[in-house]
Amino acid sequence: MQIYLPIADLPVNIFVILAIGLAIGFISGMFGVGGGFLTTPLLIFVGIPPAVAAATVTCHIAGTTFSAAFSYWRRRALDPALAVLLLCGGLVGAACGVWMFNRLRAIGQLDITIGIAYVVLLGVVGTLMIVESARAIDRARRGRPTELRRPGSHAWFHGLPLKFRFKRSKIYGSIIPVVAIGFLVEFISTFIGIGGGFLVVPALIYIMRVPTSVVIGTSLILTLVTMVFAIVMHAATNHQVDAVLALILIVGGVIGAQFGARTGQRTRGEHLRLLLGLLVVAVGIRFAFNLVLQPDDLYVVRTLDTNR
Amino acid sequence: MTRSLAVILLAISALCAATPAAAQRLIASLSNHRVMVTSSFTGAELVLFGFIETATPRRGGYDIVATISGPRQDAVTFRKARRVGIWLNVDSREFDNVPSYLAVLANRDLDAIANADTRRRLQIGLANIPLTQRAAVTIADAAADDPFRQAFVRINMQRGLYREASNGITFLAPLLFRADIPLPAGVSTGNYEVDVRLFADGAMVARAPSAFEVYKAGFEQFITTTARTHGLLFGLVTAMMTLATGWLGSVIFRRD
Repeated sequence: MQIYLPIADLPVNIFVILAIGLAIGFISGMFGVGGGFLTTPLLIFVGIPPAVAAATVTCHIAGTTFSAAFSYWRRRALDPALAVLLLCGGLVGAACGVWMFNRLRAIGQLDITIGIAYVVLLGVVGTLMIVESARAIDRARRGRPTELRRPGSHAWFHGLPLKFRFKRSKIYGSIIPVVAIGFLVEFISTFIGIGGGFLVVPALIYIMRVPTSVVIGTSLILTLVTMVFAIVMHAATNHQVDAVLALILIVGGVIGAQFGARTGQRTRGEHLRLLLGLLVVAVGIRFAFNLVLQPDDLYVVRTLDTNR
Repeated sequence: MTRSLAVILLAISALCAATPAAAQRLIASLSNHRVMVTSSFTGAELVLFGFIETATPRRGGYDIVATISGPRQDAVTFRKARRVGIWLNVDSREFDNVPSYLAVLANRDLDAIANADTRRRLQIGLANIPLTQRAAVTIADAAADDPFRQAFVRINMQRGLYREASNGITFLAPLLFRADIPLPAGVSTGNYEVDVRLFADGAMVARAPSAFEVYKAGFEQFITTTARTHGLLFGLVTAMMTLATGWLGSVIFRRD
Protein backbone atom coordinates (compact mmCIF):
# COMPACT_ATOMS: atom_id res chain seq x y z
CA MET A 1 0.00 0.00 0.00
CA GLN A 2 1.48 3.30 -1.11
CA ILE A 3 1.23 6.38 1.05
CA TYR A 4 2.33 9.86 0.03
CA LEU A 5 4.75 11.55 2.44
CA PRO A 6 3.93 15.27 2.58
CA ILE A 7 7.40 16.60 3.50
CA ALA A 8 9.60 14.09 1.67
CA ASP A 9 7.26 14.68 -1.32
CA LEU A 10 7.23 11.10 -2.50
CA PRO A 11 5.11 7.97 -2.15
CA VAL A 12 6.46 5.04 -0.13
CA ASN A 13 5.15 1.61 0.69
CA ILE A 14 3.68 1.89 4.19
CA PHE A 15 4.61 -1.74 4.99
CA VAL A 16 8.26 -1.21 4.09
CA ILE A 17 8.47 1.72 6.53
CA LEU A 18 6.54 -0.25 9.17
CA ALA A 19 8.95 -3.18 8.71
CA ILE A 20 11.96 -0.87 9.12
CA GLY A 21 10.38 0.52 12.31
CA LEU A 22 9.73 -3.00 13.63
CA ALA A 23 13.24 -4.25 12.85
CA ILE A 24 14.96 -1.22 14.38
CA GLY A 25 12.60 -1.35 17.36
CA PHE A 26 13.50 -5.01 17.88
CA ILE A 27 17.22 -4.21 17.80
CA SER A 28 16.88 -1.19 20.08
CA GLY A 29 14.80 -3.15 22.57
CA MET A 30 17.28 -6.03 22.51
CA PHE A 31 20.44 -3.96 22.91
CA GLY A 32 19.05 -0.91 24.73
CA VAL A 33 20.14 1.58 22.08
CA GLY A 34 18.08 4.06 20.07
CA GLY A 35 18.97 2.50 16.74
CA GLY A 36 19.31 5.81 14.91
CA PHE A 37 22.58 4.66 13.35
CA LEU A 38 20.58 1.99 11.49
CA THR A 39 17.36 3.90 10.78
CA THR A 40 18.93 6.84 8.94
CA PRO A 41 20.88 4.65 6.45
CA LEU A 42 17.86 2.37 5.89
CA LEU A 43 15.56 5.31 5.17
CA ILE A 44 18.10 6.76 2.73
CA PHE A 45 18.32 3.31 1.16
CA VAL A 46 14.54 3.20 0.43
CA GLY A 47 14.73 6.62 -1.24
CA ILE A 48 13.97 9.15 1.51
CA PRO A 49 16.16 12.26 1.02
CA PRO A 50 19.07 12.23 3.56
CA ALA A 51 18.00 15.52 5.14
CA VAL A 52 14.42 14.31 5.74
CA ALA A 53 15.74 10.96 7.02
CA ALA A 54 18.15 12.51 9.54
CA ALA A 55 15.58 15.04 10.76
CA THR A 56 12.71 12.53 11.05
CA VAL A 57 14.76 9.87 12.81
CA THR A 58 14.87 12.20 15.85
CA CYS A 59 11.11 11.50 16.25
CA HIS A 60 11.63 7.75 16.02
CA ILE A 61 14.35 7.82 18.67
CA ALA A 62 12.31 10.06 20.99
CA GLY A 63 9.27 7.78 20.65
CA THR A 64 11.07 4.52 21.38
CA THR A 65 13.26 5.90 24.19
CA PHE A 66 10.24 7.45 25.91
CA SER A 67 8.65 4.13 26.80
CA ALA A 68 11.99 2.75 27.98
CA ALA A 69 12.89 5.89 29.97
CA PHE A 70 9.48 5.72 31.62
CA SER A 71 10.15 2.27 33.08
CA TYR A 72 13.67 3.22 34.24
CA TRP A 73 12.17 6.29 35.94
CA ARG A 74 9.68 4.11 37.84
CA ARG A 75 12.48 1.82 39.00
CA ARG A 76 14.57 4.90 39.97
CA ALA A 77 17.46 3.40 37.96
CA LEU A 78 18.89 6.77 36.90
CA ASP A 79 20.80 9.71 38.34
CA PRO A 80 18.76 12.92 38.00
CA ALA A 81 21.67 15.25 38.91
CA LEU A 82 23.93 13.61 36.35
CA ALA A 83 21.17 13.73 33.73
CA VAL A 84 20.54 17.45 34.31
CA LEU A 85 24.25 18.30 33.96
CA LEU A 86 24.60 16.16 30.82
CA LEU A 87 21.55 17.95 29.44
CA CYS A 88 23.09 21.39 30.07
CA GLY A 89 25.90 20.49 27.70
CA GLY A 90 23.66 18.33 25.52
CA LEU A 91 21.10 20.99 24.62
CA VAL A 92 23.80 23.47 23.61
CA GLY A 93 25.44 20.66 21.63
CA ALA A 94 22.16 19.77 19.92
CA ALA A 95 21.56 23.40 18.93
CA CYS A 96 25.08 23.57 17.45
CA GLY A 97 24.45 20.22 15.73
CA VAL A 98 21.30 21.51 13.99
CA TRP A 99 23.16 24.69 13.00
CA MET A 100 26.00 22.59 11.57
CA PHE A 101 23.46 20.39 9.75
CA ASN A 102 21.87 23.43 8.05
CA ARG A 103 25.25 24.99 7.28
CA LEU A 104 26.65 21.82 5.64
CA ARG A 105 23.40 21.31 3.76
CA ALA A 106 23.67 24.83 2.33
CA ILE A 107 27.18 24.24 0.99
CA GLY A 108 26.32 20.74 -0.29
CA GLN A 109 28.65 18.78 1.97
CA LEU A 110 26.07 17.30 4.37
CA ASP A 111 25.86 13.82 2.84
CA ILE A 112 29.60 13.36 2.68
CA THR A 113 30.12 14.60 6.26
CA ILE A 114 27.42 12.23 7.52
CA GLY A 115 29.16 9.45 5.57
CA ILE A 116 32.61 10.12 7.02
CA ALA A 117 31.24 10.60 10.55
CA TYR A 118 29.45 7.25 10.29
CA VAL A 119 32.54 5.39 9.12
CA VAL A 120 34.79 6.84 11.85
CA LEU A 121 32.27 6.62 14.71
CA LEU A 122 30.83 3.22 13.91
CA GLY A 123 34.23 1.78 13.09
CA VAL A 124 35.84 2.94 16.34
CA VAL A 125 32.92 2.28 18.70
CA GLY A 126 32.09 -1.06 17.06
CA THR A 127 35.67 -2.30 17.28
CA LEU A 128 35.92 -1.24 20.94
CA MET A 129 32.70 -3.10 21.72
CA ILE A 130 33.87 -6.27 19.97
CA VAL A 131 37.22 -6.22 21.78
CA GLU A 132 35.64 -5.53 25.17
CA SER A 133 32.94 -8.18 24.84
CA ALA A 134 35.37 -10.78 23.47
CA ARG A 135 37.52 -10.22 26.57
CA ALA A 136 34.48 -10.54 28.82
CA ILE A 137 33.43 -13.78 27.13
CA ASP A 138 36.98 -15.09 27.48
CA ARG A 139 37.05 -14.18 31.19
CA ALA A 140 33.69 -15.85 31.78
CA ARG A 141 34.91 -19.02 30.09
CA ARG A 142 37.99 -19.19 32.32
CA GLY A 143 35.77 -18.66 35.33
CA ARG A 144 37.38 -15.43 36.52
CA PRO A 145 35.11 -12.78 38.05
CA THR A 146 34.33 -9.67 36.06
CA GLU A 147 36.47 -6.64 36.81
CA LEU A 148 34.99 -4.44 39.45
CA ARG A 149 35.22 -0.69 39.57
CA ARG A 150 38.53 0.24 41.12
CA PRO A 151 37.98 3.01 43.67
CA GLY A 152 40.46 5.85 43.64
CA SER A 153 41.54 5.38 40.02
CA HIS A 154 40.94 8.99 39.03
CA ALA A 155 42.04 10.66 35.86
CA TRP A 156 43.23 14.28 35.77
CA PHE A 157 39.85 15.68 34.62
CA HIS A 158 38.11 14.39 37.73
CA GLY A 159 40.18 16.91 39.67
CA LEU A 160 39.02 19.98 37.75
CA PRO A 161 37.18 22.71 39.70
CA LEU A 162 33.39 22.83 40.30
CA LYS A 163 33.25 19.51 42.10
CA PHE A 164 29.94 17.87 42.82
CA ARG A 165 28.79 14.72 44.60
CA PHE A 166 26.50 12.57 42.43
CA LYS A 167 24.68 10.65 45.16
CA ARG A 168 22.84 8.09 43.07
CA SER A 169 25.97 7.32 40.99
CA LYS A 170 28.24 7.31 44.04
CA ILE A 171 30.87 9.45 42.32
CA TYR A 172 32.48 12.72 43.35
CA GLY A 173 34.15 14.85 40.73
CA SER A 174 34.20 17.94 38.57
CA ILE A 175 31.11 18.74 36.53
CA ILE A 176 33.20 20.03 33.59
CA PRO A 177 33.83 16.62 31.93
CA VAL A 178 30.13 15.73 32.39
CA VAL A 179 28.96 18.86 30.58
CA ALA A 180 31.64 18.34 27.91
CA ILE A 181 30.49 14.74 27.27
CA GLY A 182 26.88 15.93 26.96
CA PHE A 183 27.89 18.67 24.53
CA LEU A 184 30.10 16.50 22.29
CA VAL A 185 27.78 13.51 22.14
CA GLU A 186 24.72 15.56 21.29
CA PHE A 187 26.56 17.79 18.82
CA ILE A 188 27.66 14.76 16.82
CA SER A 189 24.44 12.80 17.13
CA THR A 190 22.05 15.63 16.25
CA PHE A 191 23.68 16.51 13.01
CA ILE A 192 24.26 12.97 11.78
CA GLY A 193 20.83 11.75 12.90
CA ILE A 194 21.57 9.25 15.66
CA GLY A 195 20.42 9.12 19.27
CA GLY A 196 23.88 9.02 20.80
CA GLY A 197 23.08 6.28 23.32
CA PHE A 198 25.89 4.11 22.03
CA LEU A 199 28.32 7.02 22.54
CA VAL A 200 27.21 8.27 25.95
CA VAL A 201 26.96 4.86 27.66
CA PRO A 202 30.64 3.93 27.13
CA ALA A 203 31.69 7.52 27.88
CA LEU A 204 29.95 7.47 31.26
CA ILE A 205 31.17 3.98 32.16
CA TYR A 206 34.79 4.29 31.07
CA ILE A 207 35.49 8.02 31.54
CA MET A 208 33.25 9.02 34.44
CA ARG A 209 33.16 5.54 36.05
CA VAL A 210 29.42 5.73 36.63
CA PRO A 211 27.96 2.38 37.78
CA THR A 212 26.23 0.41 35.02
CA SER A 213 22.98 0.24 37.00
CA VAL A 214 22.22 3.95 36.51
CA VAL A 215 24.01 4.53 33.19
CA ILE A 216 21.31 3.28 30.81
CA GLY A 217 18.47 5.15 32.53
CA THR A 218 20.50 8.36 32.65
CA SER A 219 21.54 8.08 29.01
CA LEU A 220 17.90 7.44 28.02
CA ILE A 221 16.83 10.68 29.71
CA LEU A 222 19.61 12.58 27.92
CA THR A 223 18.65 11.03 24.56
CA LEU A 224 14.94 11.63 25.09
CA VAL A 225 15.16 15.31 26.05
CA THR A 226 17.72 16.24 23.40
CA MET A 227 15.81 14.37 20.68
CA VAL A 228 12.58 16.22 21.56
CA PHE A 229 14.61 19.43 21.42
CA ALA A 230 16.12 18.36 18.08
CA ILE A 231 12.68 17.63 16.58
CA VAL A 232 11.57 21.17 17.41
CA MET A 233 14.86 22.69 16.17
CA HIS A 234 14.82 20.75 12.89
CA ALA A 235 11.14 21.56 12.31
CA ALA A 236 11.63 25.24 13.06
CA THR A 237 14.79 25.79 11.00
CA ASN A 238 14.88 23.41 8.03
CA HIS A 239 11.27 22.08 7.87
CA GLN A 240 12.52 18.57 7.10
CA VAL A 241 10.63 16.61 9.80
CA ASP A 242 8.02 14.41 8.13
CA ALA A 243 5.27 13.74 10.69
CA VAL A 244 3.60 10.99 8.63
CA LEU A 245 6.87 9.11 8.15
CA ALA A 246 7.65 9.56 11.86
CA LEU A 247 4.30 8.17 12.97
CA ILE A 248 4.63 4.99 10.86
CA LEU A 249 8.19 4.45 12.13
CA ILE A 250 7.27 4.93 15.78
CA VAL A 251 4.30 2.56 15.65
CA GLY A 252 6.58 -0.13 14.19
CA GLY A 253 9.38 0.80 16.60
CA VAL A 254 7.32 0.64 19.80
CA ILE A 255 5.93 -2.80 18.91
CA GLY A 256 9.33 -4.14 17.80
CA ALA A 257 11.02 -2.86 20.97
CA GLN A 258 8.78 -5.00 23.20
CA PHE A 259 9.76 -8.22 21.43
CA GLY A 260 13.39 -7.12 21.24
CA ALA A 261 13.51 -6.48 24.98
CA ARG A 262 12.20 -10.00 25.69
CA THR A 263 14.81 -11.60 23.42
CA GLY A 264 17.51 -9.41 24.95
CA GLN A 265 16.71 -10.53 28.49
CA ARG A 266 17.19 -14.17 27.47
CA THR A 267 20.64 -13.48 25.94
CA ARG A 268 23.85 -13.01 27.96
CA GLY A 269 25.17 -9.47 28.29
CA GLU A 270 28.59 -9.94 26.71
CA HIS A 271 27.17 -11.95 23.81
CA LEU A 272 24.66 -9.16 23.27
CA ARG A 273 27.47 -6.56 23.22
CA LEU A 274 29.49 -8.66 20.78
CA LEU A 275 26.51 -8.92 18.41
CA LEU A 276 25.86 -5.19 18.65
CA GLY A 277 29.55 -4.47 18.01
CA LEU A 278 29.51 -6.65 14.88
CA LEU A 279 26.35 -4.92 13.66
CA VAL A 280 27.85 -1.47 14.25
CA VAL A 281 31.06 -2.36 12.39
CA ALA A 282 29.08 -3.87 9.50
CA VAL A 283 27.11 -0.63 9.03
CA GLY A 284 30.38 1.32 9.21
CA ILE A 285 31.97 -0.84 6.49
CA ARG A 286 28.90 -0.37 4.30
CA PHE A 287 29.33 3.40 4.58
CA ALA A 288 33.07 3.16 3.88
CA PHE A 289 32.31 1.38 0.60
CA ASN A 290 29.93 4.16 -0.37
CA LEU A 291 32.65 6.77 0.16
CA VAL A 292 35.38 4.97 -1.74
CA LEU A 293 33.54 3.35 -4.64
CA GLN A 294 32.87 5.48 -7.68
CA PRO A 295 29.21 6.59 -7.62
CA ASP A 296 26.93 5.62 -10.52
CA ASP A 297 26.37 9.26 -11.33
CA LEU A 298 29.00 11.91 -10.74
CA TYR A 299 26.36 14.64 -10.66
CA VAL A 300 23.69 15.26 -8.05
CA VAL A 301 20.75 17.62 -8.41
CA ARG A 302 19.18 19.08 -5.28
CA THR A 303 16.17 21.35 -5.19
CA LEU A 304 16.54 24.41 -3.00
CA ASP A 305 13.85 25.33 -0.50
CA THR A 306 11.37 27.61 -2.12
CA ASN A 307 8.47 29.37 -0.50
CA ARG A 308 5.89 27.35 -2.31
CA MET B 1 -12.47 11.43 -20.92
CA THR B 2 -14.89 10.52 -23.68
CA ARG B 3 -17.25 13.15 -22.36
CA SER B 4 -14.61 15.87 -22.49
CA LEU B 5 -13.71 14.76 -26.00
CA ALA B 6 -17.36 15.13 -27.03
CA VAL B 7 -17.49 18.60 -25.48
CA ILE B 8 -14.34 19.61 -27.32
CA LEU B 9 -15.61 18.29 -30.62
CA LEU B 10 -18.90 20.12 -30.14
CA ALA B 11 -17.08 23.37 -29.44
CA ILE B 12 -14.85 22.80 -32.42
CA SER B 13 -17.73 22.23 -34.84
CA ALA B 14 -19.44 25.38 -33.57
CA LEU B 15 -16.27 27.37 -34.17
CA CYS B 16 -15.80 25.84 -37.61
CA ALA B 17 -19.08 27.17 -38.77
CA ALA B 18 -18.32 30.70 -37.58
CA THR B 19 -14.81 31.40 -38.90
CA PRO B 20 -14.04 32.44 -42.46
CA ALA B 21 -11.82 30.27 -44.59
CA ALA B 22 -8.40 31.79 -44.01
CA ALA B 23 -5.37 30.59 -42.07
CA GLN B 24 -5.23 27.77 -39.54
CA ARG B 25 -6.45 27.99 -36.00
CA LEU B 26 -5.45 25.71 -33.19
CA ILE B 27 -7.80 24.60 -30.46
CA ALA B 28 -6.51 22.60 -27.52
CA SER B 29 -8.01 21.42 -24.25
CA LEU B 30 -6.94 19.32 -21.31
CA SER B 31 -8.86 16.43 -19.80
CA ASN B 32 -8.44 17.94 -16.37
CA HIS B 33 -7.35 21.36 -15.14
CA ARG B 34 -6.83 20.49 -11.49
CA VAL B 35 -4.71 17.56 -10.31
CA MET B 36 -5.08 16.77 -6.62
CA VAL B 37 -2.23 15.29 -4.57
CA THR B 38 -3.61 13.14 -1.75
CA SER B 39 -2.13 10.47 0.50
CA SER B 40 -2.55 7.86 -2.23
CA PHE B 41 -0.95 9.98 -4.99
CA THR B 42 1.46 7.97 -7.12
CA GLY B 43 1.47 10.19 -10.17
CA ALA B 44 -1.20 11.17 -12.69
CA GLU B 45 -1.78 11.38 -16.40
CA LEU B 46 -3.49 14.23 -18.22
CA VAL B 47 -4.77 14.04 -21.76
CA LEU B 48 -4.44 16.93 -24.18
CA PHE B 49 -6.84 17.08 -27.10
CA GLY B 50 -6.43 19.43 -30.01
CA PHE B 51 -7.97 20.28 -33.31
CA ILE B 52 -6.58 22.18 -36.28
CA GLU B 53 -9.24 24.36 -37.71
CA THR B 54 -8.84 25.23 -41.37
CA ALA B 55 -11.01 25.48 -44.47
CA THR B 56 -8.25 24.26 -46.77
CA PRO B 57 -6.24 21.51 -45.12
CA ARG B 58 -2.65 21.24 -46.31
CA ARG B 59 -1.90 18.13 -48.22
CA GLY B 60 1.48 17.69 -46.54
CA GLY B 61 -0.12 17.60 -43.09
CA TYR B 62 0.78 19.48 -39.94
CA ASP B 63 3.17 19.18 -37.04
CA ILE B 64 2.40 19.80 -33.38
CA VAL B 65 4.82 20.60 -30.55
CA ALA B 66 3.40 20.87 -27.04
CA THR B 67 5.61 22.28 -24.26
CA ILE B 68 4.46 21.77 -20.67
CA SER B 69 6.40 23.63 -18.02
CA GLY B 70 5.83 23.33 -14.28
CA PRO B 71 6.26 25.78 -11.41
CA ARG B 72 9.69 27.40 -11.26
CA GLN B 73 12.21 26.67 -8.55
CA ASP B 74 15.91 26.96 -7.73
CA ALA B 75 18.14 23.91 -7.87
CA VAL B 76 21.82 23.09 -7.46
CA THR B 77 23.81 20.58 -9.47
CA PHE B 78 26.88 19.21 -7.71
CA ARG B 79 29.76 17.43 -9.39
CA LYS B 80 31.62 14.72 -7.48
CA ALA B 81 35.30 13.96 -7.83
CA ARG B 82 37.73 11.77 -5.96
CA ARG B 83 39.79 13.60 -3.34
CA VAL B 84 42.17 11.60 -1.12
CA GLY B 85 40.29 8.43 -2.03
CA ILE B 86 36.84 9.76 -1.15
CA TRP B 87 34.14 10.99 -3.51
CA LEU B 88 33.24 14.57 -2.63
CA ASN B 89 31.05 17.29 -4.11
CA VAL B 90 33.79 19.53 -5.51
CA ASP B 91 31.97 21.86 -7.86
CA SER B 92 28.45 23.19 -8.20
CA ARG B 93 26.20 25.34 -10.36
CA GLU B 94 23.00 26.94 -9.19
CA PHE B 95 20.07 26.83 -11.59
CA ASP B 96 17.81 29.78 -10.83
CA ASN B 97 14.09 29.89 -11.52
CA VAL B 98 14.04 26.80 -13.74
CA PRO B 99 10.92 24.71 -14.43
CA SER B 100 10.45 21.86 -11.97
CA TYR B 101 8.66 19.94 -14.71
CA LEU B 102 9.33 20.21 -18.41
CA ALA B 103 7.88 18.09 -21.20
CA VAL B 104 8.29 18.62 -24.92
CA LEU B 105 5.91 16.43 -26.90
CA ALA B 106 5.84 16.28 -30.68
CA ASN B 107 4.41 14.09 -33.41
CA ARG B 108 7.80 13.42 -35.01
CA ASP B 109 11.48 14.31 -34.61
CA LEU B 110 11.94 17.97 -33.74
CA ASP B 111 14.61 18.50 -36.41
CA ALA B 112 12.12 17.29 -39.02
CA ILE B 113 9.51 19.79 -37.81
CA ALA B 114 11.60 22.96 -37.96
CA ASN B 115 15.22 23.86 -38.64
CA ALA B 116 17.72 24.50 -35.85
CA ASP B 117 17.46 28.28 -36.16
CA THR B 118 13.66 28.30 -35.84
CA ARG B 119 13.81 25.84 -32.94
CA ARG B 120 16.27 28.04 -31.09
CA ARG B 121 14.24 31.20 -31.73
CA LEU B 122 10.95 29.60 -30.63
CA GLN B 123 12.59 27.67 -27.76
CA ILE B 124 11.48 24.30 -29.10
CA GLY B 125 13.03 21.24 -27.44
CA LEU B 126 14.82 20.69 -24.11
CA ALA B 127 18.13 21.88 -25.58
CA ASN B 128 16.63 25.26 -26.56
CA ILE B 129 14.72 26.09 -23.40
CA PRO B 130 16.77 28.52 -21.31
CA LEU B 131 17.90 27.21 -17.93
CA THR B 132 19.51 30.11 -16.10
CA GLN B 133 22.68 29.03 -14.41
CA ARG B 134 24.78 30.80 -11.85
CA ALA B 135 28.40 30.12 -10.94
CA ALA B 136 29.60 32.52 -8.26
CA VAL B 137 28.72 35.92 -9.76
CA THR B 138 28.00 35.48 -13.46
CA ILE B 139 24.41 34.75 -14.46
CA ALA B 140 23.83 33.32 -17.90
CA ASP B 141 21.94 30.68 -19.78
CA ALA B 142 24.46 27.91 -20.21
CA ALA B 143 25.21 26.51 -23.62
CA ALA B 144 23.33 23.31 -24.38
CA ASP B 145 26.56 21.28 -24.23
CA ASP B 146 27.54 22.53 -20.75
CA PRO B 147 28.21 19.42 -18.59
CA PHE B 148 26.27 20.79 -15.59
CA ARG B 149 23.26 21.59 -17.72
CA GLN B 150 23.44 18.18 -19.39
CA ALA B 151 23.65 16.45 -16.02
CA PHE B 152 20.76 18.56 -14.70
CA VAL B 153 18.54 17.63 -17.65
CA ARG B 154 19.61 13.98 -17.60
CA ILE B 155 18.91 13.51 -13.87
CA ASN B 156 15.55 15.22 -14.19
CA MET B 157 14.74 12.93 -17.12
CA GLN B 158 15.60 9.90 -14.96
CA ARG B 159 13.19 11.23 -12.34
CA GLY B 160 10.50 11.56 -14.99
CA LEU B 161 10.33 15.33 -14.46
CA TYR B 162 11.87 16.30 -17.80
CA ARG B 163 11.01 14.56 -21.04
CA GLU B 164 11.25 15.04 -24.76
CA ALA B 165 9.17 12.64 -26.84
CA SER B 166 8.96 12.69 -30.63
CA ASN B 167 6.03 10.25 -30.37
CA GLY B 168 4.24 12.25 -27.69
CA ILE B 169 1.55 13.57 -30.03
CA THR B 170 -0.75 11.18 -31.89
CA PHE B 171 -2.88 12.29 -34.84
CA LEU B 172 -6.27 10.56 -34.54
CA ALA B 173 -7.39 12.10 -37.82
CA PRO B 174 -5.49 14.49 -40.15
CA LEU B 175 -6.69 17.49 -38.13
CA LEU B 176 -7.37 15.93 -34.73
CA PHE B 177 -4.63 15.00 -32.27
CA ARG B 178 -4.14 13.93 -28.69
CA ALA B 179 -1.22 13.69 -26.25
CA ASP B 180 -0.67 12.04 -22.88
CA ILE B 181 1.03 14.18 -20.25
CA PRO B 182 2.45 11.90 -17.55
CA LEU B 183 3.04 13.48 -14.14
CA PRO B 184 5.34 11.42 -11.88
CA ALA B 185 4.74 11.17 -8.13
CA GLY B 186 7.45 13.71 -7.39
CA VAL B 187 5.84 16.67 -9.21
CA SER B 188 5.78 20.03 -7.48
CA THR B 189 2.54 21.73 -6.64
CA GLY B 190 1.64 24.90 -8.53
CA ASN B 191 0.65 26.11 -11.95
CA TYR B 192 1.66 24.26 -15.10
CA GLU B 193 1.67 26.05 -18.44
CA VAL B 194 0.83 24.18 -21.60
CA ASP B 195 1.88 25.75 -24.89
CA VAL B 196 0.69 23.95 -28.01
CA ARG B 197 2.19 25.12 -31.30
CA LEU B 198 1.21 24.24 -34.84
CA PHE B 199 3.87 23.98 -37.53
CA ALA B 200 3.48 23.81 -41.27
CA ASP B 201 6.43 23.76 -43.69
CA GLY B 202 8.88 24.30 -40.87
CA ALA B 203 7.23 27.49 -39.62
CA MET B 204 4.92 28.14 -36.71
CA VAL B 205 1.44 29.05 -37.93
CA ALA B 206 -0.68 28.96 -34.78
CA ARG B 207 -0.44 28.42 -31.04
CA ALA B 208 -2.86 27.64 -28.23
CA PRO B 209 -1.94 28.20 -24.59
CA SER B 210 -3.54 26.29 -21.76
CA ALA B 211 -2.78 25.54 -18.13
CA PHE B 212 -3.48 23.21 -15.25
CA GLU B 213 -2.80 23.21 -11.55
CA VAL B 214 -1.34 20.56 -9.25
CA TYR B 215 -2.37 21.07 -5.65
CA LYS B 216 -2.25 19.27 -2.35
CA ALA B 217 -5.53 18.78 -0.58
CA GLY B 218 -6.79 17.74 2.83
CA PHE B 219 -4.34 16.35 5.37
CA GLU B 220 -1.28 16.61 3.06
CA GLN B 221 -2.01 20.26 2.38
CA PHE B 222 -2.42 20.93 6.09
CA ILE B 223 0.86 19.22 7.02
CA THR B 224 2.90 20.89 4.27
CA THR B 225 1.65 24.40 4.97
CA THR B 226 1.98 24.04 8.72
CA ALA B 227 5.51 22.64 8.44
CA ARG B 228 6.56 25.55 6.24
CA THR B 229 4.77 28.44 7.87
CA HIS B 230 4.65 27.41 11.55
CA GLY B 231 7.81 25.32 11.88
CA LEU B 232 8.09 25.74 15.64
CA LEU B 233 4.47 24.81 16.31
CA PHE B 234 4.73 21.88 13.89
CA GLY B 235 7.83 20.65 15.74
CA LEU B 236 6.12 20.90 19.13
CA VAL B 237 3.02 19.04 17.94
CA THR B 238 5.14 16.35 16.25
CA ALA B 239 7.16 15.93 19.46
CA MET B 240 3.94 15.57 21.49
CA MET B 241 2.60 13.00 19.02
CA THR B 242 5.89 11.11 19.23
CA LEU B 243 5.83 10.97 23.02
CA ALA B 244 2.15 10.05 23.11
CA THR B 245 2.79 7.11 20.77
CA GLY B 246 5.77 5.97 22.85
CA TRP B 247 3.75 6.24 26.06
CA LEU B 248 0.81 4.37 24.51
CA GLY B 249 3.20 1.59 23.52
CA SER B 250 4.55 1.25 27.04
CA VAL B 251 0.99 1.14 28.45
CA ILE B 252 -0.22 -1.48 25.97
CA PHE B 253 2.80 -3.74 26.38
CA ARG B 254 3.35 -3.17 30.11
CA ARG B 255 4.50 -6.33 31.82
CA ASP B 256 4.97 -5.26 35.44
